Amino acid sequence: MSDNTRIINDATCTFCGCVCDDMHLTVDLDAHKITKAENACVLGRAWFKEHGIDEKRPFALIEGREASTDEAIESAAQILAKARFPLIYGLSDTTCEAQRQAVAIADMIGANLDTTTSVCHGPSGMAFEGVGESTATLGEIRNRADLLVFWGGNPAESHPRLFTRYTVTAKGMYTPQGKKDRTVVLVDVRRSPSVAVADIFVQVKPQRDFEVLWALRALVKGRRVDPAIEQVTGVSLATLEDLVQRMKNCRFGALLFGMGLTMTRGRHFNSGALLALATDLNEYTHFVAKPVRGHGNVTGADNVVSWQTGFPFGVNLGRGYPRFNPGEFTSSDVLGRGEADAALIIAADPAANFSHAAIEHLKRIPVIVLDPKLTHTTKIARVAITTATYGISVPGTVYRMDDVAINLRAALPSPYPSDEHVLTRIKERVRELIGGNRVPAMGAA
Amino acid sequence: MLHIANGRVYDPANGVDGKVRDIYVANGKIVKDSPPNARRIDAKGMVIMPGGVDMHCHIAGPKVNLARKLQPEDHRHDVHPRTAFTRSGVGGTVPSTFATGYRYALLGYTTAMEAAVPPIGARHTLEEFHDTPVIDKGFYIVMGNNVLLYKLLEKGRREEFRNALAWWLTATKAYTAKLVNPGGDEAWKGRRNANITKLGDKIESFELTPQQVIAALIEAVDELGLPHPAHIHCNNLGHSGNYATTLETMRIAEGHRAHIAHIQFHSYGEVPGKSSHNPTSKAKDIADYVNTHPNISADVGQVMFGKSTIMTADAPLAYMLARFVGGKWVNSDTEHESGCGILPFAYQDKVYTHALQWAIGLELFLLSKDPWRMVFSTDHPNGGSFMSYPRLIRLLMDREYRKEEMGKINQKALKQTALADGLDREYTLQEIAIVTRAGPARLLGLANKGHLGPGADADITIYDENEDKERMFATPRHVIKDGQMIIENHEFREEHQGRLLHVAPEYDPKIEEVIRPFFDDYYSIRFNNYAVDDSHLGPHEIIPTIKPRSTAKGRSKG
Repeated sequence: MSDNTRIINDATCTFCGCVCDDMHLTVDLDAHKITKAENACVLGRAWFKEHGIDEKRPFALIEGREASTDEAIESAAQILAKARFPLIYGLSDTTCEAQRQAVAIADMIGANLDTTTSVCHGPSGMAFEGVGESTATLGEIRNRADLLVFWGGNPAESHPRLFTRYTVTAKGMYTPQGKKDRTVVLVDVRRSPSVAVADIFVQVKPQRDFEVLWALRALVKGRRVDPAIEQVTGVSLATLEDLVQRMKNCRFGALLFGMGLTMTRGRHFNSGALLALATDLNEYTHFVAKPVRGHGNVTGADNVVSWQTGFPFGVNLGRGYPRFNPGEFTSSDVLGRGEADAALIIAADPAANFSHAAIEHLKRIPVIVLDPKLTHTTKIARVAITTATYGISVPGTVYRMDDVAINLRAALPSPYPSDEHVLTRIKERVRELIGGNRVPAMGAA
Repeated sequence: MLHIANGRVYDPANGVDGKVRDIYVANGKIVKDSPPNARRIDAKGMVIMPGGVDMHCHIAGPKVNLARKLQPEDHRHDVHPRTAFTRSGVGGTVPSTFATGYRYALLGYTTAMEAAVPPIGARHTLEEFHDTPVIDKGFYIVMGNNVLLYKLLEKGRREEFRNALAWWLTATKAYTAKLVNPGGDEAWKGRRNANITKLGDKIESFELTPQQVIAALIEAVDELGLPHPAHIHCNNLGHSGNYATTLETMRIAEGHRAHIAHIQFHSYGEVPGKSSHNPTSKAKDIADYVNTHPNISADVGQVMFGKSTIMTADAPLAYMLARFVGGKWVNSDTEHESGCGILPFAYQDKVYTHALQWAIGLELFLLSKDPWRMVFSTDHPNGGSFMSYPRLIRLLMDREYRKEEMGKINQKALKQTALADGLDREYTLQEIAIVTRAGPARLLGLANKGHLGPGADADITIYDENEDKERMFATPRHVIKDGQMIIENHEFREEHQGRLLHVAPEYDPKIEEVIRPFFDDYYSIRFNNYAVDDSHLGPHEIIPTIKPRSTAKGRSKG
């Protein structure tokens, strides 16, 4: 380690949706590395340490051949200008500034626009549209919540500082003793390491979350629930009744839920049942719910796509205006049906986690990828552009899981361009090629 | 460079009432003489007004985006297709950002103020503003439930209170301080969704009353010399009998400037009903008070029948409405700063309360003796969308049309109001120009807006004259923003970004040493990451503070 170091205080970690903005980073300027990330959790430390500047990566690859960023931008623009059903996907690990450019491109060429929300909390977004949501900023939960119910997630491993900075052990205005002032409940299908912080652990049979949530709603409303619920869900009626009493009698309750609800049987019905439960409890006390979001700026993607198009994800702009239909315009579905004829993927790796049919289709069409790292998707890409990592080398704006917008401080100078820069130039070049926004003929058959 | 010739000009701030005048534009400003090589626009048979100024609407920021996301059903039927150079979007009562900017411009509006942003949401609001084209815009930060301000006020630290307020306005790039149901949030969040109903009651967890909070904020804003006074959403919004609270709030402001937001929602009396008290109209009492107190201004907050979206920092109110309606509901608590409630809503002409609200709004307009201080708003989208402004203008200008509409509503409600007694005033074009542009601009302290005198921003709307005032105001022929012909013959010709209007009052930097420890202890975001830095601003204009006025007098009076 050299003496040529620089300290950056109050930097922001974009590894997960907690977006902790209290990182004190030590940067070794000679080694192009962040050597210390004070306040970071185990995941954050890895995030900062493993994103040193790797100057050996080519600026871009076009059909596997090394190329300059300029050449790659030209190729990308040519592909997008020719495409009749382009897909733009990803966006959850980049800045809002880049997201705004991506949506602008989608609007210009009439693309299908989607984010990784469609494969994580998309069902919660749909549930939100159905029943609404009582929610709060994380600071509100930290300062006030005397009952915390974590459901379908394992924050101890996925979001370690959710417990320590925002909820369980964090001390607040009306919770000066931290954990001593709160009751912590964990509901999950398995004993994960998060059980350690829980005062009460409720183990649900796999795929039975909906039934438990619905029984809780019934009990909150004073309806009778058949004790046979235990055979179906693995949770006794007495346990449910106890939980309902705690929820009704707390002063400020919070339900924090993960993909254990959204990506298992029931999906948006599960999220909807949970959101409705929190709403119902407001008859008795103050109660909020919060989806625990994964990627560092997936919440920003929801926000940007919503304010620009009116809808959060799964948006098709092919007709000249936004249309929303999850299941139809969500990327895994579009690709699974073999529909898109080109794809622009920003900061996501669908080739690693989409269905076989979707990945096979991705292999058939020209794919453009912007990513700081080599991924499964860059490997199948026609054009792969190396970009600088947001929050490490790129400043800008991200949204924490509770919709609070937070600034990024760039710590390490990078030779690679930002996503925003590349997308802006692609946008400008496509505009030159197609001569302005593509406007479909109205009334054409 | 433009030379707009032969149009009939309505420029009330400069005393021009429908005279045929030529208007000259150079470098984005109105100028006195014809600039060389000016493009000539023949406006014969047309009406020329300054661009519209909406001083109270909800168009950007955290709650607006939640309301957008909440209602795909409100967008699908009202799409906004892109053109070769304008962006696509969707409408409904909460349009996407691009559609918001374009549609305001299409109505001849060139400035709009977002009326309630929790300070921590300032960055988000600015981001949406960047994507809201054409119009200039600013926002008010909600400070009436701010926990740190409460703590300072509770201990009588008035100077630090004022400095903290100034710091917050500067840090967030806001326009003024907004109060929403002052004192209500602590009861809502901390005492099982309770509320506060009397201005003299103790606020939950504090040795403080709403009365003290209201007085302190009104005074501090005046002392800072902000161009627009404290902007107040009074307690008890929507509740029968709330006019007494409104009068009490206005009395607290004696000796100071204060603006009462959407005053229609605060002008209700009460009579005993079957299950609860029914509302009645107290528009006359409220209008009388405003008419005789030049320190007070208000926007009406007219209700328009049809779909609306309730979005408010008044969380207990939204919850009450959500329980009536029974549909989806959003609550969103913001640490130490605000509450928030959102729900889809619809005003129905046959429902007693809704019809009464509609009629009270019109009463307030028609009983107002000073259009400069009782200005136009629907509290978009709470009372109705800004897209209904042309219809509201027709209701004010066209007595026969108004009578027809009155015939359709709940007659029991109508009988409660002065409308039933033949209140048959008709607004003139000059009065419309006052309540929709000149008045709001003056109340906002925007010296370069709302008029067409030399030096004014060249924000100009040109309408074809039409007997049908709804049609006339719905379809201006040309709209000029900062001297650029943005809309020509009803079509967009150019893209324009518009700019942020904000204040930057001075404060003692030592106040940061008071605020920082509070952040360390109680906020979930670092103090150093809270203030919006200049890189976030884009095009912007700082509206200077004015010389504090009447403060000393107000004090000696009290």
